[in-house]
Amino acid sequence: MSMSDPAHPEDATTTPPLDAVDGRTSDELLRVEDLTVSFPTDDGLVQAVRGVSYSVREREVLGIVGESGSGKSVSSMALMGLLPKSARVTGSVYFRGRDVLQLREKHQRALRGSRIAMIFQDPMTALNPVYSIGDQLAEAVLSHHTMPRKKALDRAAEMLDMVGIPQARERLRNYPHEFSGGMRQRVMIAMAVINNPDIIIADEPTTALDVTVQAQILETLIEVKDAVNAAIIMITHDLGVIAGIADRTLVMYAGKPVEVAETGPMFANPRMPYTAGLMGSIPSLEDSTNERLRPIKGTPPSLISLPIGCAFEPRCPLSTAECLETEPPLTETDKPDHVAACHHWQKLAAVDDPTAYFRTESEVGR
Amino acid sequence: MTQTSPAPVSAHDEHVGEHLLEVRDLVMHFPIRGSGFLRRVVGQVQAVSGVSLDLDAGETLGVVGESGCGKSTTGRAILQLHTPTAGSVRWEGKELTELPKQEMQAVRRDLQIVFQDPYASLNPKMPVNDIIAEPLKVHGRYKDGGPARVKELLQLVGLNPEHGNRYPHEFSGGQRQRIGIARALALQPKALILDEPVSALDVSVQAGIINLLEDLQDEFGLAYVFIAHDLSVVRHISDRVAVMYLGKVVETGERDEIYRRPSHPYTQALLSAAPSANPEIEAKRERIILEGDVPSPADPPSGCRFRTRCWKAEEICATEEPELVDRGQGHPVACHFAEELLEVINPDDVTP
Repeated sequence: MSMSDPAHPEDATTTPPLDAVDGRTSDELLRVEDLTVSFPTDDGLVQAVRGVSYSVREREVLGIVGESGSGKSVSSMALMGLLPKSARVTGSVYFRGRDVLQLREKHQRALRGSRIAMIFQDPMTALNPVYSIGDQLAEAVLSHHTMPRKKALDRAAEMLDMVGIPQARERLRNYPHEFSGGMRQRVMIAMAVINNPDIIIADEPTTALDVTVQAQILETLIEVKDAVNAAIIMITHDLGVIAGIADRTLVMYAGKPVEVAETGPMFANPRMPYTAGLMGSIPSLEDSTNERLRPIKGTPPSLISLPIGCAFEPRCPLSTAECLETEPPLTETDKPDHVAACHHWQKLAAVDDPTAYFRTESEVGR
Repeated sequence: MTQTSPAPVSAHDEHVGEHLLEVRDLVMHFPIRGSGFLRRVVGQVQAVSGVSLDLDAGETLGVVGESGCGKSTTGRAILQLHTPTAGSVRWEGKELTELPKQEMQAVRRDLQIVFQDPYASLNPKMPVNDIIAEPLKVHGRYKDGGPARVKELLQLVGLNPEHGNRYPHEFSGGQRQRIGIARALALQPKALILDEPVSALDVSVQAGIINLLEDLQDEFGLAYVFIAHDLSVVRHISDRVAVMYLGKVVETGERDEIYRRPSHPYTQALLSAAPSANPEIEAKRERIILEGDVPSPADPPSGCRFRTRCWKAEEICATEEPELVDRGQGHPVACHFAEELLEVINPDDVTP
């Protein structure tokens, strides 16, 4: 699991594991810098994550949104140190100033599940079917704290109660299969917050659930987050979930962040054509206009042979020769704290409805 | 797009052959067998309990509900992929539940299905070309320009025709769903039962498929039974909507009736729980958060099946099952206390 990068051996020595401070602002909790992840395969090197940088502030909800294969899950697995050994990880992940990726396995493990917790999409595979819920919750406590088992079970019951599971004490003896999907996800949330983490990484936590249960779980997640004062990195493909809970949003495409901004301004005024394309692809829940959807043509590029220029160029209605040649970096746009990776963000800013660029021929003809 | 629609799903309509597809009081129970030697039937999973639907040529009926509500089972029972326990399914006036196998095959030419799980519905040992050609071969339409038709179909669903000799495992989940759609379109059917056709796709791709489905409908006059849990997709594509809960239709009507004036508490809760991709609306919304989970269809509650989670439930709900009739809301609602709740998700609330 050691991910020391041969290209930056000095990092390992110059980053003392405990008290380095890298000029972080006071409320910055986690800073990811130039994170890359690649997987060697028979067909070539898959560049799943190609330079991701972002920061998470204390108690905020950062939404990471992207389609399948955009690297949103892989990048968060990398910062948890949960990728398979074949993965090549470079870059830095500073948690309260220390670089997690340079820590020894033992120290990484001490952070995982205690300071940084994770909630997975499928609670049935994340929970062990042959241990009772109580055992599993107690184990989460006991692997980080020395205390009597009985006390750990007390803590487990307290957590189950907090996430809204009735008769928490009795249900400790139940096994995962005795819970419904929504209840299992509540157990996962209880397990994530049982050690009062500073940050919860939630990877598609409600994707497998029905809408009425999803609403329950998201509400519980926010209540619990506020109770333990944690920040959340919310990874999802569902722009509706993001719109409801994320303070800031990062949009990923082909392994890179392409737009980062506060959620409201981003949804109202996207400054990256890909984000605008996503907005145009979603049917409205609020009105029944029979307007055509505005899909993004084509499919995401292969992560083995990426174009030289902008990765979105082949699908982009705004592309020019410049986009073919150089990949645009994340730069500030017309508003502070709204960064986008596009040579032509001014064109999006100049129109009222940026999704109009994605109008299909049939719509223009109508 | 909006059809001059017939009276929406009415439970006791005796006219035959007026609609392309008529489903009446469809019941689908699955036996629960004991673990003993005799494997005696110890219970029934009441997946569908008396569903009635109509579908006209060229229209889209959205069937929406959460997992376990019986929407997929209804779709399959219409196609006789499950033999219905009771009830009637009429296709162009023909009673499908009594149709001999051979005649049923001819019906399937006109009435196709796209399945929910693209991993399970494609044969992993067949190249994609063969998968799409199979319905053409089965119905004797392959010899006449079959390979060209397969290429055309692949292109139609946004796949590269050159990838036709690849196997399903070489495609992503989304691409596999497109293969399933191409296969369903191969025989140019009159109606498609679309069982969660876009839930496996990324939004940008999903939008393309929805546009494609709309184009095909305009071009060939296809009718769709669009089964989905995504409320915004259903609102976009449907002419009429039926909301299902635990094996029953609880509310049905014209799309705008359902979305603008939901009258069943479950519809209201469902609409209020659906996340909207509009942060301003999300910030102002009052959610109705339902308690608990859907009860087991093996042991549904007496009376109204929604009463265990309903905030309006009273004694009568446990004893008397509410009928699906118009109670003054302009469309049928199965609730004793049906009451219009205007615009659960009103965009006008948000003044910029």
